[in-house]
Amino acid sequence: MSEARFSNKTCLDASGPASNACKVCSPLGACLAFLGVEGGIPFLHGSQGCATYIRRYLISHFREPVDIASSNFSESAAVFGGEQVFVTGMNNVARRYRPELIGVATTCLSETIGDDVPRLMARYHEEAAVGGPTVVSVSTPAYSGTHADGFQAAVLSLVKKLAVEGTPLDQVNLLPGMVSPADLRHFQEIFRDFGLTVIILPNYANSLDGPIEGSPVFSTTTTVESIGTMGRSLATVELGATLGRHATAGEFLRDHFGVPLTRLRHPVGIEATDELFAVLERLSGRPTPQQCLAERGRLIDGYVDGHKYVAGKCAFVYGEEDLVAATAGFLAEIGVQPAVCLSGGQSGRFAEAVEIAVPGSKGVCQVMEDADLAQLETLLREDPPDILIGHSKGYRMARNAGVPLLRLGFPIHDRVGAQRQLSVGYRGTHDLFDRLVNTCLEAKQTASPVGYSYL
Amino acid sequence: MRQGQHPGFGESAGVCVLRLACRHLPYHGPVGCAIYNWDIRGALSSGPELHRNSFTTDLRERDVVFGGEPKLYRSLVELIDVHQPKAAFVYSTCIVGIIGDDVKAVCRRVSDEKGIPVIPVESPGFRGTKRDGYRAACEAIFKLVGTGSTEGISPVSLNILGDFNLAGEVWIIKEYYARMGVEVVATITGDGRVGDISRAHGAALNVVQCSGSMMHLAQLMKERYGIPFMRVSYFGLEDMSEALYGVARYFEDDDVMERAKELVHGEVSAILPEIARYREDLQGKRAGIYVGGAFKAFSLVRALRHLGMRTALVGSQTGTPEDYEELRRICDDGTIIVDDSNPLELTAFLREKECDLFIGGVKERPIAYKLGVAFCDHNHERKEPLEGFVGMSNFAKEVHASVMSPVWKFTPRAKRTAPVHEEVA
Repeated sequence: MSEARFSNKTCLDASGPASNACKVCSPLGACLAFLGVEGGIPFLHGSQGCATYIRRYLISHFREPVDIASSNFSESAAVFGGEQVFVTGMNNVARRYRPELIGVATTCLSETIGDDVPRLMARYHEEAAVGGPTVVSVSTPAYSGTHADGFQAAVLSLVKKLAVEGTPLDQVNLLPGMVSPADLRHFQEIFRDFGLTVIILPNYANSLDGPIEGSPVFSTTTTVESIGTMGRSLATVELGATLGRHATAGEFLRDHFGVPLTRLRHPVGIEATDELFAVLERLSGRPTPQQCLAERGRLIDGYVDGHKYVAGKCAFVYGEEDLVAATAGFLAEIGVQPAVCLSGGQSGRFAEAVEIAVPGSKGVCQVMEDADLAQLETLLREDPPDILIGHSKGYRMARNAGVPLLRLGFPIHDRVGAQRQLSVGYRGTHDLFDRLVNTCLEAKQTASPVGYSYL
Repeated sequence: MRQGQHPGFGESAGVCVLRLACRHLPYHGPVGCAIYNWDIRGALSSGPELHRNSFTTDLRERDVVFGGEPKLYRSLVELIDVHQPKAAFVYSTCIVGIIGDDVKAVCRRVSDEKGIPVIPVESPGFRGTKRDGYRAACEAIFKLVGTGSTEGISPVSLNILGDFNLAGEVWIIKEYYARMGVEVVATITGDGRVGDISRAHGAALNVVQCSGSMMHLAQLMKERYGIPFMRVSYFGLEDMSEALYGVARYFEDDDVMERAKELVHGEVSAILPEIARYREDLQGKRAGIYVGGAFKAFSLVRALRHLGMRTALVGSQTGTPEDYEELRRICDDGTIIVDDSNPLELTAFLREKECDLFIGGVKERPIAYKLGVAFCDHNHERKEPLEGFVGMSNFAKEVHASVMSPVWKFTPRAKRTAPVHEEVA
């Protein structure tokens, strides 16, 4: 049992330390986004440790090989500038991997010494052979923002660099945010059911949840070329309730190419999914397809069947702001009270997003942004909820407090199947609902002195 | 470019000192550096669990601009007040080296105010490789050595260096030495205690495993305190036995040697029948090895041979030219030997050599699996004890479980390499 004691702060003071942070660094998010482009390889301009750490973190969640290149700073590069290590590193990556795209993300080191990456890229292009990979760069110093911010910034950098003008095309853009490969595949399917051609950016459904070597690849991926056409799409659907503090890819496509933007919260729960389907009906000019309606009907049926097992329960939810806000909305919909919503994110919009997802929650639900898991643990000890919902890093506190943990989000390092965890749309919500109810049932069963096998 | 196969400098400093169970150590840097290290390893503690938390100064933009010293000071004071550790280690990350924070001065000030050692670990990532990070950690730990009393320490005594108590391994080894009548003064750093390390200079001998990490500390202790050291490995039957016999020989004590022989005989005869059963299935299979230290690679080559397996590919991250010479000597002709490899290279070699098993860390696991190759995790994230005689039995069991799993028959590699007679039925 842990003997750790934590200070009793309710809001993280940015002037103090973080104990058991509830965020990872922005270069990780950028790497994840670049892995969602076909033939894309992330390249970190910094020390080698950054690439190694991030690889391990992603590999342990997705259970797929992940390559991340690094310029591998030496001491002299740190003193005199990273130009040479950058050019050498880029040449090596281009030669060895023959990628379609190299996504360069900066690190705290290269940012602090003031390396001018766009200038370094220009030098690389001057020297590199014609027909080499496309190169996109994003500024992601880890001392600014979180992995969610790095992810969004990389998506923006991709469209900024690659999207070009042209005649309108009969297609729509989907900017899904940080969701699972299974979620990406489900989005693909939903859009197809509406008869819509969709470009999903990023789309790592295959690169981070691929079949065994040698099997044919069926899922559609997003190529450098297709990103180039995103400025010609009929519309953009951008998911994320807390977006907007920084410029986004959806805003860029709207402002530079006039692509109409619809921003929605993540479709978790019936009401949030209805919002997405209403938009898809408008964009496609078709009613919601029969099979989707059937899924919606089954979901309501599932809610009804399971509602008493979760009625009146209290939950603490933590993780990325968008995910937590979406989950809170879903919980409220099924009669579970999200008593604490906590994130290490710093969007400034978290409380508002939770309030929109759970109307009337102000004062009832404690929303903590820029917070850490030590603070969550303090709350957990003071007044344990019925269930904790979030990533693997909450496991120990859940265990110590005897509270069941429903694993959701990133990272999930202590279970298999994180990459196939479906949580969006009617079908994903149904999956999530079943997982939640079963977690509650199992906790009840385990705690029962009788041990009923019929509940 | 280096393809991120071996971690940077700060990482390895962390690997060592993180195992000190009663220390606590904020990373002075932005959030990532600390969080990627948080509670991923299998290092166990018999007491405090503080090492399973993650502390960071979580530097923000304004700290980078105006300097991070005030935040480091506030963070240390707050964390020490809350957690009451016996010592604190502070890791410097890349940007701290750049913005020029005087970490030493802050540590000195907090140490004076709080009355505990507060030790800076100079580990900005760009300043070297994993090897250099280990060196920085050794120097930090060395500051604790010699600060305690050596009274009452037996002349037949040793320190265990370079064992991180993954899955409780150091307890297995300590028990062996105890059965031989050898006192273990300090374990560094697995299940280590500041109090024990402060009196480690009173031990007669240092036994050093994972030579890549702790050799420097052994050398420092030899120079200052005249304590000789011995390189050992606790993996596999021969190397484990030799680790005990070598210690017994050093003390030139017949009783100790007698007890060592008895121990080895008893333990080996207990597991040999089991090993023989696994060997029946594994005979002739090919293995690839890619681990941190070369000394571990030697042990693995020998351990695999007990299982009837041949090493077709072997490499390490921190091996020296002499280590590779030794590998060449103990491996069969035609074995590919690699230094500080990358995923592309490993993939190509695994394919070329048609390996049936790959031994590495979690970063290599999906590479093997994708190719339809069995896998054994032999890095510090693992949660199974592989040291000692019981560890050899666990190792054999794990290798057998993966190599002989029926799932491989569905993979493209099995279809490609299957002998014709297996196609029947």
